[in-house]
Amino acid sequence: MKVSFSYRAFQGFNALVMLFVITFTLYPFVYLVAQSFSSEAAIYAGKVTLFPVEFTSNTYKLILQKPEFYKYYSNTILYAVLGTLISVSLTAMLAYPLSKDKLRLNKFFIPFVLFTMYFGGGLIPNYVLVAQMMHMRDTIWAIIIPGAISAFNVILVKTFFAGLPNEVDEAARVDGLGTYGIFARITLPLSKPILATMVLFSMVAIWNDWFSASLYLQSKDHWPVALYLRQIIDSAIGVNEFSSSDSAATQIAATIKSTAMILTSLPIICIYPFVQKYFVQGMLIGSVKG
Amino acid sequence: MSNAKQVVLKPSLAAHVRKEWKLYSFLLIPIAYFVIFKYLPMLGNVIAFRKYRGGPNIFGTEWVGLRYFHMFMKDPTFWRAFYNNIFLSVTYLIFRFPITLIFALLLNELRNMRVKKLVQTVSYLPHFISMVIVAGMIKEIVSLNGPINTLLGHLGMEKIQFISLPEWFPTIYITSGIWQGLGWGTILYLAAMTSINTELYEAASIDGASRFRKAWHVTIPGILPTIMTLLVLDIGGIMGSNFEKVLLLYNPLTYETADVISTYVYRMGIGGKEGIGGNFSFATAVGLFDGVIGLILVTLANFVSKKTTKTSLW
Repeated sequence: MKVSFSYRAFQGFNALVMLFVITFTLYPFVYLVAQSFSSEAAIYAGKVTLFPVEFTSNTYKLILQKPEFYKYYSNTILYAVLGTLISVSLTAMLAYPLSKDKLRLNKFFIPFVLFTMYFGGGLIPNYVLVAQMMHMRDTIWAIIIPGAISAFNVILVKTFFAGLPNEVDEAARVDGLGTYGIFARITLPLSKPILATMVLFSMVAIWNDWFSASLYLQSKDHWPVALYLRQIIDSAIGVNEFSSSDSAATQIAATIKSTAMILTSLPIICIYPFVQKYFVQGMLIGSVKG
Repeated sequence: MSNAKQVVLKPSLAAHVRKEWKLYSFLLIPIAYFVIFKYLPMLGNVIAFRKYRGGPNIFGTEWVGLRYFHMFMKDPTFWRAFYNNIFLSVTYLIFRFPITLIFALLLNELRNMRVKKLVQTVSYLPHFISMVIVAGMIKEIVSLNGPINTLLGHLGMEKIQFISLPEWFPTIYITSGIWQGLGWGTILYLAAMTSINTELYEAASIDGASRFRKAWHVTIPGILPTIMTLLVLDIGGIMGSNFEKVLLLYNPLTYETADVISTYVYRMGIGGKEGIGGNFSFATAVGLFDGVIGLILVTLANFVSKKTTKTSLW
């Protein structure tokens, strides 16, 4: 096939666009890393743009020596693991019957779930429910229960379930498996891509959450690391807590901030490339109708 | 067979539920969850019309009618937030929507699958980063010692204190939104593109269509339902905003352009650093007003989409 000049020019242009997007996306991360390994003086002088200047890993040592940091980190891990377990189980449980066309009551239940995508109680009624009525304040439940199921995720899983071949179900039924057995031993194992997607979404959402923690967790003992990070960034935590040296506060704060940001997002950045292929596949199948 | 089946009367609903009770039993806990955590707060909106100052009786103490609505309607801060909200959302939509679509089309034109994978992997990443970190990064990058000001310095220009200047807030909000959402925004388009029948492209090639014409006449019509669905959802979201991001990035110096409805509701109802807090009924009234406008917008947009392109969310 003849490749025209204009087509080659287009491909060249396209490659440039992609290069720009990659640079634009990655630069803030690169900058953060450079800053975290630079000296305060270099940052303050505006010398840091791409690479660390006057290399030092002191801030990492400083943060990693703090016992609170490990406490907040392990809180986050606990919330993420337990929350993901609850969230994915509930989502799959709801999506399974909704994916069965033969269930006549789905005519009611599907709109019942979908409506919550377009209208919600709003910030204050939700807060009042969780804090004042359910008394979940200062408990792990305030972090992992209110957002456990999202209608959008239910639709993705439902579409995926509905796309599974019916024949397998029937064969399993002939072999003596009941409704629950088919769900647990046929449907779920066949749905790994979408379940992995849900695990990722839910884990990331809880890992990144600082807002519900700031609403509901008064006791710092329960704080997730994201909320601690927010305090560091807002400089509500005195720099003196980090260092006894007398150098100017704002200068130290910059390296502390970027180091804390990196340490908090590191697990996600590390796991992300490996789960990426699952969620792309899961989103593909879950979002394309029938 | 099928004709014979249709003659048989549908079994009664009770008999149907009895027969399928095991499947229905899956719904028990999740639907209870929806009733408590999604529908109960919707009912909780009655405190917009009732006096509620905290306490376990979440439906308030006495009816006050539209008192709180009259109150916020008279508050210029509300109208500032209302205007800012619409301005930020609409401007963001105008930039983001075409850029995302064009980026998806360009990704689709990449012939080298490894390059395509790489670009996708990199561009989805910011979507998974916590807003705390995104906001922290933004503050570092636009800070006085940050790379943008360093560049301005090299160009011989004055340094700019971006984060404290109201006129810069929309730019920061929109640029960072595109940074974080560009890649992820393409994922539904790319999913839709994979389901386009390849024969259509072959037929277009035989007719001598250029790549541009193929994108215009095959790809775009193929993903039109997705475009319309996302557009309808975005229009429904105009009264919403990236609440967490605004909350993390704004400060009293930039309220003038940055304060949006959700942050206004937050300050009035919950409090926060600069907030009043505790005005639950007042804040709920504002939130309800906002939510109802959003519902009306999504319904209208859906109606127009249904009439013009036969694409509909429900």
